[in-house]
Amino acid sequence: MAACSRIGGGGHSMDKSITLPPDEIFRNLENAKRFAIDIGGSLTKLAYYSTVQHKVAKVRSFDHTGKETEDEPLYEISVQEEITARLHFIKFENAYIETCLDFVKDHLVNTETKVIKATGGGAHKFKDLLEKKLKLKVDKEDEMSCLIKGCNFVLKNIPHEAFVYVKHAEPEFRFQTTHPDIFPYLLINIGSGVSIVKVESEDKFERIGGSSIGGGTFWGLGALLTKTKRFDELLQLASRGQHTSVDMLVKDIYGGAYGSLGLTGDLIASSFGKSATADKEFSKEDMAKSLLHMISNDIGQLACLYAKLHNLSRVYFGGFFIRGHPVTMHTITYSINFFTKGEVQALFLRHEGYLGAIGAFLKGAEEDSKFELQGRRLRSVVSVPGADPNQYSWGENYAGSSGLMSVSPDMFPMQRTRSGTLQFDMLEMDRLERQLVNLPLLLDSSSYIPDTMDLTEDAMAREYWLSCFEEALDGVVKRAVASQPDLQDARERAEKFRLKYRHKLQTLRHQPCAYGSLTVRSLLDTREHCLNEFNFPDPYSQIKQRENDLALRYFQKVVRSVEMLNWEDRQFALVKGLLAGNMFDWGAKAVSDVLETDPAFGFDEAKRQLQERPWLVDSYSKWIERLKGPPHKCALFFVDNSGIDIILGVFPLVRELLCRGTEVVLASNSGPALNDVTYNELQILTERIAAMDSVIHSGITKERLILVQSGSSSPCLDLSRLDKGLATLVRERHTDLVVIEGMGRAIHTNYYAVLRCESLKLAVIKNSWLAERLGGKIYSVVFKYEQPSK
Amino acid sequence: MEVNGYQCLGEGDAETAEGKQQRPSKETARSGKAPDGAENAVAAALGGCAPRDRLASNSRTRQKIDSLKKNRPPFPWFGMDIGGTLVKLVYFEPKDITAEEEQEEVENLKSIRKYLTSNVAYGSTGIRDVHLELKDLTLCGRKGNLHFIRFPTQDMPAFIQMSRDKHFSSLQTTLCATGGGAYKFEPDFREMADLELLKLDELDCLIKGVLYIDAVKFNGHSECYYFENPSDPDQCQKKPYNLENPFPLLLVNIGSGVSILAVYSKDNYKRVTGTSLGGGTFLGLCCLLTGCLTFEEALEMATRGESTTVDKLVRDIYGGDYQRFGLPGWAVASSFGNMMCKTKRESVCKEDLARATLVTITNNIGSITRMCALNENIDRVVFVGNFLRINTLSVKLLAYAMDYWSKGQLKALFLEHEGYFGSVGALLELLNPA
Repeated sequence: MAACSRIGGGGHSMDKSITLPPDEIFRNLENAKRFAIDIGGSLTKLAYYSTVQHKVAKVRSFDHTGKETEDEPLYEISVQEEITARLHFIKFENAYIETCLDFVKDHLVNTETKVIKATGGGAHKFKDLLEKKLKLKVDKEDEMSCLIKGCNFVLKNIPHEAFVYVKHAEPEFRFQTTHPDIFPYLLINIGSGVSIVKVESEDKFERIGGSSIGGGTFWGLGALLTKTKRFDELLQLASRGQHTSVDMLVKDIYGGAYGSLGLTGDLIASSFGKSATADKEFSKEDMAKSLLHMISNDIGQLACLYAKLHNLSRVYFGGFFIRGHPVTMHTITYSINFFTKGEVQALFLRHEGYLGAIGAFLKGAEEDSKFELQGRRLRSVVSVPGADPNQYSWGENYAGSSGLMSVSPDMFPMQRTRSGTLQFDMLEMDRLERQLVNLPLLLDSSSYIPDTMDLTEDAMAREYWLSCFEEALDGVVKRAVASQPDLQDARERAEKFRLKYRHKLQTLRHQPCAYGSLTVRSLLDTREHCLNEFNFPDPYSQIKQRENDLALRYFQKVVRSVEMLNWEDRQFALVKGLLAGNMFDWGAKAVSDVLETDPAFGFDEAKRQLQERPWLVDSYSKWIERLKGPPHKCALFFVDNSGIDIILGVFPLVRELLCRGTEVVLASNSGPALNDVTYNELQILTERIAAMDSVIHSGITKERLILVQSGSSSPCLDLSRLDKGLATLVRERHTDLVVIEGMGRAIHTNYYAVLRCESLKLAVIKNSWLAERLGGKIYSVVFKYEQPSK
Repeated sequence: MEVNGYQCLGEGDAETAEGKQQRPSKETARSGKAPDGAENAVAAALGGCAPRDRLASNSRTRQKIDSLKKNRPPFPWFGMDIGGTLVKLVYFEPKDITAEEEQEEVENLKSIRKYLTSNVAYGSTGIRDVHLELKDLTLCGRKGNLHFIRFPTQDMPAFIQMSRDKHFSSLQTTLCATGGGAYKFEPDFREMADLELLKLDELDCLIKGVLYIDAVKFNGHSECYYFENPSDPDQCQKKPYNLENPFPLLLVNIGSGVSILAVYSKDNYKRVTGTSLGGGTFLGLCCLLTGCLTFEEALEMATRGESTTVDKLVRDIYGGDYQRFGLPGWAVASSFGNMMCKTKRESVCKEDLARATLVTITNNIGSITRMCALNENIDRVVFVGNFLRINTLSVKLLAYAMDYWSKGQLKALFLEHEGYFGSVGALLELLNPA
């Protein structure tokens, strides 16, 4: 029975005495356009769109005239500028709004933006200031629609956006895998009042109810009872209090539990039921705690009643009452758990504070794109394509985002205010070039979790991997510098990269949940994002080029040696070749050390290092039995490294599959990551191989061998975020075998992925710690062939 | 009304315990003298079925009265409900005492009767709600008046002490008690007053009591009432309501806390949910916010106060209605929301705080109730409990809230004996052990 609203006027004084570090906050303002702002009771969220000029490594085939020279490289590498779209969201305290607006105005260069979308309770209050400072027209948007739009956007685009909060657990945050289908859900927004909104689709939502007992009640009533002014202070008081001295419990009435109803003695029978007395003084802490319980329980109860009535099981909580406060997340979680007997879980969002700003921004973007479309029709002028962000997939940029902080009321807000250090929280999202979808072959996409190990749950593994990445940092920096010998600032940028990534690692040590579940994949991806940030788009490009070149020379020899063998021996040799090829991995520190020091380390050497059968995981016999049967219709092959791996390991096997009558789809990364072969590189390589091998040649010409890009730029693989084209092809070709190669894709991720078709996951464990954990030694082999259960 | 007598006999262990004692046939039992159909309802309330068979036989009636004597418990007849804040006591005062009986009556018993019936206040805190007294009631073949008495639970020790001083235990009566205090104070009764309590479930008693009082009526008037035109303050009128076919029913008991029951028949019900924001919260918060001490004081202040200075309304935020979501401007957006502002906190008066507390608690109960009614698919809600005592503000607000937010789909009903049904249920249990 209440409207949603946030609080107007937190009573902060304007503070202009702050200088903003321009490199870190409000980045890329030079080409920013399309602004949106969400002004709440105490926090302001600013959103804008920018284009980021990126250095991108491109490979281009030389014009070969059929004649090859010894010293001419295989292909040309050039670093080009590419423009990608980025969304920036910055959160800061209202006190700094004027400083921030001045800053934005000063750094905004020739933008064509005329309007700023505004939402939130404070939008009205600051309207004049906004118009005066930014010279933009303020266009107010409905708060609730912005909130919902923002919520849909983060749920769709940020894996691990939603989490369950478990107090005192290790970790406190349990991230949920995002379901591809996010609807329907219930959003409970706890502002000064409570709004309960049922969201059924992208543009269909309904406020089904609400309550007037919300954050404003906690604040207002709490301030009256405790003479404490600030919301954060009230929460601090509450976290130290004991509600049992103020509340009347079941045991106060019954002397124990009310057994026949299953009501335990500690249950609150009457909130503030003991305070109707003149005999006793109550402490501020106790009253604040009692109030917090009263309000949280009440909201939780209503939420459950609405969830039940509308038969909804996904219930997200947001609003300033929640906003990352462990105290309120805990009491709400407790209440939901109690009232639904554990059937419904309270879900919270990592970027909950940004929803309004994101939504307001999207509204503006949608309007612009409609306008542009009309304009295009009228004037048939080609405009900037794809203005509507909803038509794209977006990814969180780990380098530019602050991540979730556990805001402990015991220490945080007060100190922050006193120390005067400006706290900015940022979220940056990059537009992905490809639209990403589920692999249609996942048995159950809703329960699929890409990562094998959640490092937030496993402190030992976390410690190991964080140290491992820290130790490897020197090598990565060195590699980055070496990759740009002609650029003078390479060293400086590499050092900046080092600082940034080390800082990320340190953050993750203290806040493992900062970016969702911490995994080897997220550590690798964060490193890639940081490298890109400092314009090291592809530090391994030359190495890849050299190794590809080298491996190509051996291709025919390897093929011939395999062809001499009888069928059974050949199959084994092919698999062994693939595994040996997979040893050449600059991503594994043990191997990169060898490769740095011993350039002569060759294919045959690698084969000798391989573990003898039986392997650590060994279903080779089953695989051979299967090969004796009819050929597969179509195999989807996720490849790993360039050089020996792809050319001498993968291609001979691909050749064999083609000969058997199996079509092959080779899926490689869209963008560079470590020494993984990229789609562009693979195109050139395939061309070259086809020139010397008739089987590959005919495969290409007859479209029985197809190259696709995965949509990813990660050394790992998330089968729920793959290029839409790949998914279509998989369906069209009736793919019945998926081969996943390498540690990153088959061990760190997808080891437990269950597919609805046959799958082969193979890798060499090039890390002794991981090998030991799995019960083996370094260079142990995993050969995991699985058939779907009937 | 003999139906009561029948009930007293027709159920329970009476027949087996009495062995050869002739049990009146169903027909005899059903033949009542009651002039209208009320008996049926009473019987229904008490667990029997009573078709309208008026054929009475004097001899059989005689027989029955004899058997009643043997089966009914000795006086005094009490039913007690020990809640978190208040103890509710019902006392049946027999008015048909014969001279012979009076002579036999022990001094103790007589003094209890005289003490209770000749006073309207007991000690400094005990009060008899004279206006609720049920006159000329027939219970177990005895005619008399039913008295309604209450005192704060914190005075239980004094009450137990009095039971000891008055040698209550010598009367060989069973003290039927319900509510949480029946459990909490059981050892004290045993140890200090040598009394064994017959502990009864509070929800069982509540439902029994409601159905019974509604059936016997309030001295010829309807026990149950509702408000006609609840949305219109000028046209809003209290009207009697005939709760003839009461099921299914949502029963909301607002004591210190709140219990919400879905009642499908006289012995088929479930507790749907409850909330800790109840009468105790209203009084507790009022005491902290205004320094008042009693429920009466708090209510009196609330009556004079204005909640809109304390609460933030929809119109305070949106300037008027929030049309997109069909929220009227007068609706409360945030209870106590204006109190976030320091200057408003400093200028607010106690009366306004009391009123806001009352409105907050009442609306919240209304809102939870409405959701339960929807979930349980029940369209009639009966509100009981002592929070509603002398609390017309809340009663009308509940009637209004139910009507408005359900667009007239839900009907809010109230009962005159607000908080006493548990104790009535306990008394019935004494007379008619299940």
